[in-house]
Amino acid sequence: MEKQTKNGSDLKEKVKEFEHGSLISPLSSAKYLFKKPHTLQYPKETKPIPERYRGFHINDLDKCIGCGNCMSICPCEAITMVDVKAFYLVSSKEGTTDTRPQVDYGRCSYCGLCVDICPTGSLKLSKDLIYSSTDADTFVWVPAVEQGREIGFIQSDELTPLVLDKLEMSELEPDVRKKTFEELILGFSKEEAQAEAARCLGCGICMQGCPAHMKNPEYIQAIFDKDFNLSVKYMLEDNALPGICGRICTHKCQDDCVYNYRGDAVQIMWLKRFATDAIKDYSASDPVRLPQTGRKVAIIGAGPSGLSAAYYLSLMGHSATIFEKNKIAGGGLGLGIPMYRLPVYEIDKEVEHIKSLGVDIKLGVEVGKDITFTDIMKNFDAVYIGVGLSYGRAINLKGEDHPDVIQAIDFLRQVKVEGRRDIARKVVVIGGGNVAMDVVRTVKRLQEVRYDDGNTVAQMASLEDWDILPASKEEVEGALAEGVIFNPAWGPKEVRFNESGKIVGLEIKKVKSVFDENGRFNPTFFEDQIKTLEADYVVEAVGQMTNLGFIPEDIAKDLKYTPRRRIFIDDYGETSLVGIFAGGDLVETSLGNAISAIANGHRAAIGIDFYLKGK
Amino acid sequence: MTKEYELNIGPNHPGIPGNFSLHLELEGDTIVKANGDSGYLHRAFGKLMEHRLYLQNVALIPRICVIEPDINEAVYAMAIEELMGVKIPERAKYIRTIILEAARVNAYLFGLGIFAAATLGLYTLMQWAVGDRDYMIDLFASLTGARIYHMFIWPGGVRRDLPPKFEEDILDWVKFIKDKLPDYDAVFFKNSMFLHRTKGLATITKEEALSMGVTGPNLKATGVAQDVRKDEPYAAYPYLDFEIPTMTEGDAWARTIIRRLELELSLNLIEQAVKKMPKGPVWTKMPNPFKWYVPRGDAYARVESSGGEYGFYFVSDGGAKPYRVYVRGASMPHMYPLAEKLLIGQKLSDAPQILGSLNICPPEIDR
Repeated sequence: MEKQTKNGSDLKEKVKEFEHGSLISPLSSAKYLFKKPHTLQYPKETKPIPERYRGFHINDLDKCIGCGNCMSICPCEAITMVDVKAFYLVSSKEGTTDTRPQVDYGRCSYCGLCVDICPTGSLKLSKDLIYSSTDADTFVWVPAVEQGREIGFIQSDELTPLVLDKLEMSELEPDVRKKTFEELILGFSKEEAQAEAARCLGCGICMQGCPAHMKNPEYIQAIFDKDFNLSVKYMLEDNALPGICGRICTHKCQDDCVYNYRGDAVQIMWLKRFATDAIKDYSASDPVRLPQTGRKVAIIGAGPSGLSAAYYLSLMGHSATIFEKNKIAGGGLGLGIPMYRLPVYEIDKEVEHIKSLGVDIKLGVEVGKDITFTDIMKNFDAVYIGVGLSYGRAINLKGEDHPDVIQAIDFLRQVKVEGRRDIARKVVVIGGGNVAMDVVRTVKRLQEVRYDDGNTVAQMASLEDWDILPASKEEVEGALAEGVIFNPAWGPKEVRFNESGKIVGLEIKKVKSVFDENGRFNPTFFEDQIKTLEADYVVEAVGQMTNLGFIPEDIAKDLKYTPRRRIFIDDYGETSLVGIFAGGDLVETSLGNAISAIANGHRAAIGIDFYLKGK
Repeated sequence: MTKEYELNIGPNHPGIPGNFSLHLELEGDTIVKANGDSGYLHRAFGKLMEHRLYLQNVALIPRICVIEPDINEAVYAMAIEELMGVKIPERAKYIRTIILEAARVNAYLFGLGIFAAATLGLYTLMQWAVGDRDYMIDLFASLTGARIYHMFIWPGGVRRDLPPKFEEDILDWVKFIKDKLPDYDAVFFKNSMFLHRTKGLATITKEEALSMGVTGPNLKATGVAQDVRKDEPYAAYPYLDFEIPTMTEGDAWARTIIRRLELELSLNLIEQAVKKMPKGPVWTKMPNPFKWYVPRGDAYARVESSGGEYGFYFVSDGGAKPYRVYVRGASMPHMYPLAEKLLIGQKLSDAPQILGSLNICPPEIDR
């Protein structure tokens, strides 16, 4: 209070000073005649330009990927993405576009939000804001790195509108999961999914990487908006098996995510899994249902491509019948992928959804044995072949015909479908791909369940060294955490037996190189560097092959193949035989994963629809 | 016998503080009726904001008023922070305070300079004040990267930390302006001509001012110590020691002297804030701008601008863009009805002084 009075009285004093004017005092300004002026003699004298100055843009065109986030955030709509191929050689690598930002400086407000949001950090502002021309149209250009243009405002890693860090997915601890076939990824909670979806910028660069070109930004937005039915609807537009892909997809989309340049990719796959798990029944999410046409299509093989073709054909109103030689649907998904990655109920859920549209799946019916191909040709308007690579490929290893040497695909089927639970104590898996990972991690689990003394070994021998190991990073890390021993860059030589004919080990030799100078697979070895891995069981996981023997000779002779011995198809999946379509792993566009099989199944369904309409 | 006639002054006229016009009815040179005619600067900011993402608006809002753009950034950020329940870091509060006070000083320097030059013909103060203001603009450029429209205060805090040496530089500038104040006083505030033209001119009483929604220096000149910095403290004002200057005369002179005192107060506040500023982060992380949803609700955020209470009434429907924004410009009640009423009975030659002493900023009326 005292202080206030004091201030109050100070104030009164102060005001009093102003109460009386003077006519003389203004003349004191004359002293300024002798002072230095404020102004500078530009351009001879210039002011230093501050470090953070926000002038014209500088864009490193090689670093820029053309994602267009700068355009989306621009409050002035000054930025348009233009194709620069005509004057600039852009790298056409996946996850980039040929466009680069063009700025209309008549609209730009120099706010620098484009710089803050730029995922690659290619965009900066310069210290330069001087431009003159008699032609106003020249005030629009594609910024690049220009000589003499100094860098001003740049982005900051701490003060960035991007949410750079991903939400860690919770999974079973290695010690727990190696003893069980329970699904090891626990999935997002609703809040976690929301938070992860909130990171997506919606630029859609990820769609390029996806073989099915799924509408990732849209379904992530729908998850963010808590509209899971809509989210699944967006998924079903391009992918008949979204829940399965949400678990086992190779997620090329995430490799292309713009967040990779400065942080962690959005976990698109887990988001997909979350949304499909949130919807018990997809029936409200089917994108379209066209009236019945009465046309019948036979589909051979109930793998991902066959199911995908059947789904889209029935949406288009055709009736689809699937012939599957095994007792379960899903093909490689149902037979091969271990339960800790893809539980059976998830396959059942999506197969049931496809069945609910009227697709007839005839299980245990092998074409060529239970029904002839000619009969199918007679009774159906079109045929789709999606039998995949359902036979293991042998490597002509010495001793491979021993019963304790088994093909990966047979082993996985025995465990998953036939309930096999016995396993040897020392197992070696040959191969370095994702199937080999599935095998070795399955072996690990079987051993942990069966032997509780810990006296077991599960190891791998792959031709490829760490840097070129084909298996995904997550799989390798997961296997390492579970205690799998890796022998990268070692090729199999022969299987060793003891006197009683029992396997005692696998002799392996050091790899010199895997590919020749033309980049073709042609491994060479150091024949003198040899070691023996102790083993009493060997699994070969080096690839699969197909058997098209069910097609009669007179038809098969007209079937064309590509140089890599895959069935030749046109853009819409039709083979060289009229009315016979093919897809999945049989064709060249397949990358050997579920999503590309789903994609070319969808493609073929469109082709079949065209074909039937023209028939 | 005097003849009645009508006269338009403005929208572009040296006696008018900005782009608006007055339709006057006169009897001789006595004003009998005054009608404000604004709308020349209407840009529909409230509507424009409804069509932009929350982050995008940061680049739009400072443009409401060029004299003191930073208040817009501050109220916008405060409204969103209130709706989202976000607490901003301490250091950001101090940086905001420094920016807001420096912007206020700049606004006063510019406003008083224009007032002295355009309405009273005392051009010296304008030359000095505008030159001195430019040194702060240079400092703003080093802090934010831009001279006038800083786009620097954003929801959650500020966009960047202070550049090196900024504290020293701004204290040097404060000292520089403080040293200049006696010169300003000599040429303008203690100039008899200024006193003669403004003392007793267009007096407002406390009651009139309060009933018309007058705020800021115009209200303080009538003896009401009302100031948002004290009444509803924001940024770092709760931590600073200051008193609100008031006077009781309520005339054009008192309104101008209050601005002179406020100018000094702001300089003191900058000094205090720079010295008390803690270290630490300057921004609370906000959502990805493309998925930035603000919870459903409404909020009114206000600050004390150089003209008075300046606020945004903000409504969110829970989406990615504001549902409705209403801008309360401090000058609105100072024009309608205050200026219209004050002009009645005054001489035409006093009209510019009256309008100038009210410090009316037309972009705040039109928005």
